[in-house]
Amino acid sequence: MAASQHTDAPMISLKNVCKSFGKKHVLKDLSLDIGKGESLVVIGGSGTGKSVMLKCILGLLQPESGEIYINGQQVIGMSPVEREKTLRNTGMLFQYAALFDSLPVWENVAFGLMQAHGVKRKEAKDIAIEKLGLVGLGPEMANKNPSALSIGMQKRVGLARAIATNPEIIFFDEPTTGLDPIMGDVIDNLIRDCTEHLGATTLTISHDMESAQKIGDRIALIYKGSVVWVGPAKEIENSGNPYVEQFINGDINGPIELDILKP
Amino acid sequence: MDWNFLAAIGRVTLKFMQAVGHLSLFTVQTVRHIFTPPFYMRIFLRQLMSIGYYSLPVVGLTALFTGMVLALQIYVGSSRFNAESAVATIVVIGLTRELAPVLSGLMVAGRVGAAIAAEIGTMRVTEQIDALVTLSTNPFKYLVAPRVLAGMITLPALVLIADIIGVSGGFLVATEVLDFNASSYIKNTFDFLETRDVVSGLIKASVFGFIVSLMGCYHGFNSNGGAQGVGRATTNAVVSSFILILVSDYFLTVLLLD
Ligand SMILES: Nc1ncnc2c1ncn2[C@@H]1O[C@H](COP(=O)(O)OP(=O)(O)OP(=O)(O)O)[C@@H](O)[C@H]1O
Ligand SMILES: [Mg+2]
Repeated sequence: MAASQHTDAPMISLKNVCKSFGKKHVLKDLSLDIGKGESLVVIGGSGTGKSVMLKCILGLLQPESGEIYINGQQVIGMSPVEREKTLRNTGMLFQYAALFDSLPVWENVAFGLMQAHGVKRKEAKDIAIEKLGLVGLGPEMANKNPSALSIGMQKRVGLARAIATNPEIIFFDEPTTGLDPIMGDVIDNLIRDCTEHLGATTLTISHDMESAQKIGDRIALIYKGSVVWVGPAKEIENSGNPYVEQFINGDINGPIELDILKP
Repeated sequence: MDWNFLAAIGRVTLKFMQAVGHLSLFTVQTVRHIFTPPFYMRIFLRQLMSIGYYSLPVVGLTALFTGMVLALQIYVGSSRFNAESAVATIVVIGLTRELAPVLSGLMVAGRVGAAIAAEIGTMRVTEQIDALVTLSTNPFKYLVAPRVLAGMITLPALVLIADIIGVSGGFLVATEVLDFNASSYIKNTFDFLETRDVVSGLIKASVFGFIVSLMGCYHGFNSNGGAQGVGRATTNAVVSSFILILVSDYFLTVLLLD
């Protein structure tokens, strides 16, 4: 659907990115392009390096080699000041929400507005409450401490924080994990809205095939630190790729090696 | 020749140099961010409260009993050569120049340094510091600079209060227990006290405040490995503050000696 709107220059581009921790190679020559205004969903087994990839793009982790471009600009080795500028147009939902537990819920959501965009407290609070409404949290939640919320609620606050400044690029690390099916659907629609109505470029990590197909224009499968398949979301059912087939069917037999003892 | 032994020394030396370099870089960054905008006033004020105001009971109690004990002990010593009139002077000089800053520094290190390391350490392992970065906020400016600045300002204020409480404690013991004459004790306290006695103590306090909050931030910032890592960071923050306070105290004393 939105695939035709993409301009040629990708918004985010990873070229042969390698990242290891000690002897453990997590990302191996990972290359991936995300077009402007595109919604890309990344799927892949647990521990294959999806979150690490996001952190490399955000500059929270430094890859050993490779190139990462955001809006045509090389971001590896960027100065902190330039990085700050780039991140001003970026939102991120962390896998474990990573809410500031010293601040009430609304200040978490309004943080970027107040710190990086100079919005006044009162106005920022109104926006925060509006964004909380979008993720199904009422205004009575605004003054609560994040530690008083359930995990699923914290995740939604994190989501509201990620989209609060209407950024151009948004990363969602497993946005619907731990949510009930109905709330999961609400969040799927919200992410879809970000690309369709706000024109944002989004990269979502998901384990849920149904929501991946709903959110994504394209889907990429990561296995052992590199992309083994990427294609339009509609085509994932008949990709003809053995990795994809095994993954979406949840089959224990196939090319994907599992580190489990088979009986 | 035991090469293993040499290798071990080399390894330890390298590790030590690495840590020193790392810490120096952290310190330079911190100082730079203290003096460059944006300034986070709200956080700074909150830190003033939590470092300063909430440390008052601990510091006050320490000062009170230190002053009391000091009066007793100095009385024992000075009475051996009939110099009891020196008690008031030695108590006030001992407190302002040495004991109030050092003991307050150590108490605040235990209370505040540990708390800072635990808080920032937890923020590190729960990715809150990463989240700050993604929200275009420099964690050095937002977390470290306000705490270090608050430490440098509040510890001298605390020490000034400790001076007063400590001297009052000494006065109390001298007049109530040792039967000193109240007005001559007060006269002896102030007659020989010089401004630089107090000021040198306050300078020390400011340096100790810097050390305590810097160590808390440094160890918290570099913590890793979950709850255990945060525990380790807290311990390291307190121990390194203690050591740095005691060592720098000697050099500061030499430097500030008239
Ligand atoms: N800070 C780190 N230090 C050492 N190893 C790490 C670190 N972060 C991640 N790893 C390792 O990198 C690998 C990939 O981790 P990552 O969090 O990216 O997985 P993931 O694909 O997001 O998995 P999940 O779907 O379970 O979230 C894991 O094996 C993990 O042990
Ligand atoms: Mg992950």
